[in-house]
Amino acid sequence: MDRVAIIGVAQTKYQRYSPSSHAELAYEVTCKALEDAGLTIEDVDNTVTVCNDFWDGRTISSMAITEATGSHRVPTTNVEGDGTYGALMGAMRVLSGLHEVTLVVAQSKASEGIPPVITNAMFDPIYERMLGLDAINSSALQMRRYMSKYGVTEEQCARVSVKNHKNARNNPYAHLPLDITVADVLKSRVLADPIKLLDASPISDGACAVIMAEESVARKRCQKPVWIKGVGHCADAYHLGDRDLAEVDALAAAAQRAYRMAGINDPTKDIDVAEVYDAFSYMELMWIEGLGFCRRGEAGAMVDRGLTEMNGPMPVNPSGGVLSAHAVQVAGLARIAEAVLQLRGDAGARQVEGARVALAHGIEGACGQGHCVYILER
Amino acid sequence: MHEETGELKPLTIAYTPDMPYNYHAGFYYSRFLKELRDHKRIVGVRCPKCRKVYVPPRMVCRDCFVTMEDFTPVSDRGTILAFTVTNFPHTDTTTGGPKKIPYTAAFINLDGADSNIVHRLDETDEKKIEAGMRVKAVFSEKRTGDYFHDIDHFTIVRDDSG
Amino acid sequence: MNRRVAVVGFGQTHHRSKNTDCNGQELISIAVKRALESAELTMADIDAIVVGNMDHFESINYVDMWSVDGSGGYMKPIMKVTTGGTTGSAIGHAGFYHAVSGLFDTVLVIGWEQNSESDTTAAISTCFDPITEREFCAGAIGPLAAQYTAYMNKYGATEEDAALVSVRDHNNAALYNPYAHLRQTITVQDVMKSAYISYPMKLLDMCPRSDGACAVIFAEEFKARKIVDRPAWILGVGDCHILVHLADGIGLAGLPSLEIAAGQAYKTAGITEPFKQLDVAELYIPASTAGVTWMEALGLCEEGGGPRLVRSGETNMGGKLPINPSGGVLATNPIGATGLLRIGEAALQVMGKAEKKQVPGAKVAVATGFGGCFWSDVTVLSSLTHLE
Repeated sequence: MDRVAIIGVAQTKYQRYSPSSHAELAYEVTCKALEDAGLTIEDVDNTVTVCNDFWDGRTISSMAITEATGSHRVPTTNVEGDGTYGALMGAMRVLSGLHEVTLVVAQSKASEGIPPVITNAMFDPIYERMLGLDAINSSALQMRRYMSKYGVTEEQCARVSVKNHKNARNNPYAHLPLDITVADVLKSRVLADPIKLLDASPISDGACAVIMAEESVARKRCQKPVWIKGVGHCADAYHLGDRDLAEVDALAAAAQRAYRMAGINDPTKDIDVAEVYDAFSYMELMWIEGLGFCRRGEAGAMVDRGLTEMNGPMPVNPSGGVLSAHAVQVAGLARIAEAVLQLRGDAGARQVEGARVALAHGIEGACGQGHCVYILER
Repeated sequence: MHEETGELKPLTIAYTPDMPYNYHAGFYYSRFLKELRDHKRIVGVRCPKCRKVYVPPRMVCRDCFVTMEDFTPVSDRGTILAFTVTNFPHTDTTTGGPKKIPYTAAFINLDGADSNIVHRLDETDEKKIEAGMRVKAVFSEKRTGDYFHDIDHFTIVRDDSG
Repeated sequence: MNRRVAVVGFGQTHHRSKNTDCNGQELISIAVKRALESAELTMADIDAIVVGNMDHFESINYVDMWSVDGSGGYMKPIMKVTTGGTTGSAIGHAGFYHAVSGLFDTVLVIGWEQNSESDTTAAISTCFDPITEREFCAGAIGPLAAQYTAYMNKYGATEEDAALVSVRDHNNAALYNPYAHLRQTITVQDVMKSAYISYPMKLLDMCPRSDGACAVIFAEEFKARKIVDRPAWILGVGDCHILVHLADGIGLAGLPSLEIAAGQAYKTAGITEPFKQLDVAELYIPASTAGVTWMEALGLCEEGGGPRLVRSGETNMGGKLPINPSGGVLATNPIGATGLLRIGEAALQVMGKAEKKQVPGAKVAVATGFGGCFWSDVTVLSSLTHLE
């Protein structure tokens, strides 16, 4: 694959309620990303915004942040999907040869709307919506199916939550750094059985920006460019009943594409750190299976043995993951940003020592119907 | 089955959700709205580099891409750049009910501002309106920090030497 | 550009005001099937999919995921791009970028809308700033109407000038385009007698709301040459999305975003004299007035020359630069598809496959997209791989 590198990243603090408007939030993260890259807005020759009309409460939601992201100055487009998809469009625009430096900005202020109504809207209006399905109760179906098919326990899922909230204590951007135990998770209020409060991510306001550049610009302008070595995306069937919710075929297909491009043969040996989209505790277990870190159904055992802890052989979500900070649609781009910080050695207290190859992952749709996987390398 | 022709008549499923949003005004709009509510004053913000004044105020100068912090009042008088008298039935997006028609939307450049605003003009006979006419803001007695209603409307002023 | 990319297939539904006989997924599948048939391909040949529509019309969140049954995207890479009215052209560009990046060879792009399922004007109105603009902007109609008063004031254009645009596009649809939604032959008098919906816009000056879908297939050079004899090469693309506040754009008599986007596309394509070098144009003209005010932005006439160009007859079929042989947006407007229809129709022209709509010998075409907030996308297509 031709070379495109990430040369700048930035995130805002994730919190329940940000008093900034969408434009003010987008401007803050744009300026921070430019500063991180050592660039000015004049160096950016095209942009990709990631905005969603439902979450933002207006049609053409990207309109609100056009000037704040400098998107009025250069060719621009808007991807309505997770930030990992927006970053993919950004990379494609650089790989086209028509642009050299893409700024990708994702932002979200779910505090303005009503999440269950917004996520209910992703279900089919003819067959499913009136059941009152939303992101939480549909994921509860998936968690139950996964647990019953593979014998995964609530304790094993809770261990993911404990690990990630603890990791978040090293992350200055995180919404929920917490010192909790498995018992705390099991005792927490049931949202939709078997998902309990501490199995679920919060919904955060926040933004993330990533700047990517074509090879010669990256080498000239950036001390520590992080190369996109492989990327893949894939979508499963839509109706929940058309899928076996315990399976992760679309993720495996997306990962295979990224691995093939990047020359990854054995993920657990070749990848040093992974940032995956754990919107719920059980998801981290399912996703690491789909990524080939272990066989199907065995992720629970991995987490029991501490293999995915910060100091383990396969650290997953040293940032605290989505369980600790979840700005919708931003969180996938944040996984990329965190992976970049790891590879640059700039991850501070959450640094995984000697990380040279990282995986970043985002999801799209209900119960992880779509997946997008990146392999990044120093 | 459709009685007369024996054909299956396709169904439609109605879906009319309430989708309420609390839009965060942010720092710049908040200041703008408070000035309208408390002081019957229209404020903009000036770019430190190019000196352009933007109304309504916003954080970023679109040309210079710098943060603006210098709030400055602009006139409550201005010039009509364009207008339209809307007269077709449509929904009010805030109430969900029918919008009161006809109404005139005027796009106005206030004296002292380098960007433009849109508001209601009290004249609905298009033969009496022209781009280039001078207008002035008419404030409501009761103001709550709502731009659309704190300024009730704009009205055409004929002998405007200001 | 790192590789050459062309349009090799195009399919669309028969656009209507209300498609009660199929739901959104089924509508999409019709367009996809027709596009695949046009290129003699199957879903197995498709490497990636891009989907676009405007959320609040059908009120479905994450349409890229929802539409899998209709798009044929099961276990394929799928992405959604949405930019409002420019969605159709933005997804076209996204499909182009998928292929030109080298990551995918054959890309299916789908634009669709069931406008009858929505309260269209209300949905559009929510694009404007909820605190400072929304209350007084009646969907797309109000702002477009207001913009013409600025142009009339500056250049002395008249309502009759706009009516000529309406007559041209409606009659083209009626005579040449069996897929168009509105197929009525009208006269300037008909337009002038139709009721004011938002002065100076009258009923026959404004585009309809349509239900419809279309799909365009892009392919990289090697595959494109195997799929069709005469691919429609993408010579240049431009996107310009300026303005956050509508009011800042209304006072301008022209369309700066179109000028900038055209500049980008023309530069890559090697177009220096648009009126001479272009053989046909499929333009996103949502209101007849735009067909007067936006021509100079494309370099088709001098400043303020819109009325002269329209009155000259050169943009009618048989003229030097026919505009909208398909009937354009005034005849058909399923918003998520509309911009993509322009790319598809322009591609048919240079591929020589436009049948009754065909401008004889057309080799170079331009397609544009438009949306809030005065945003523009431009695409230059040609049967030639490069212009002299």
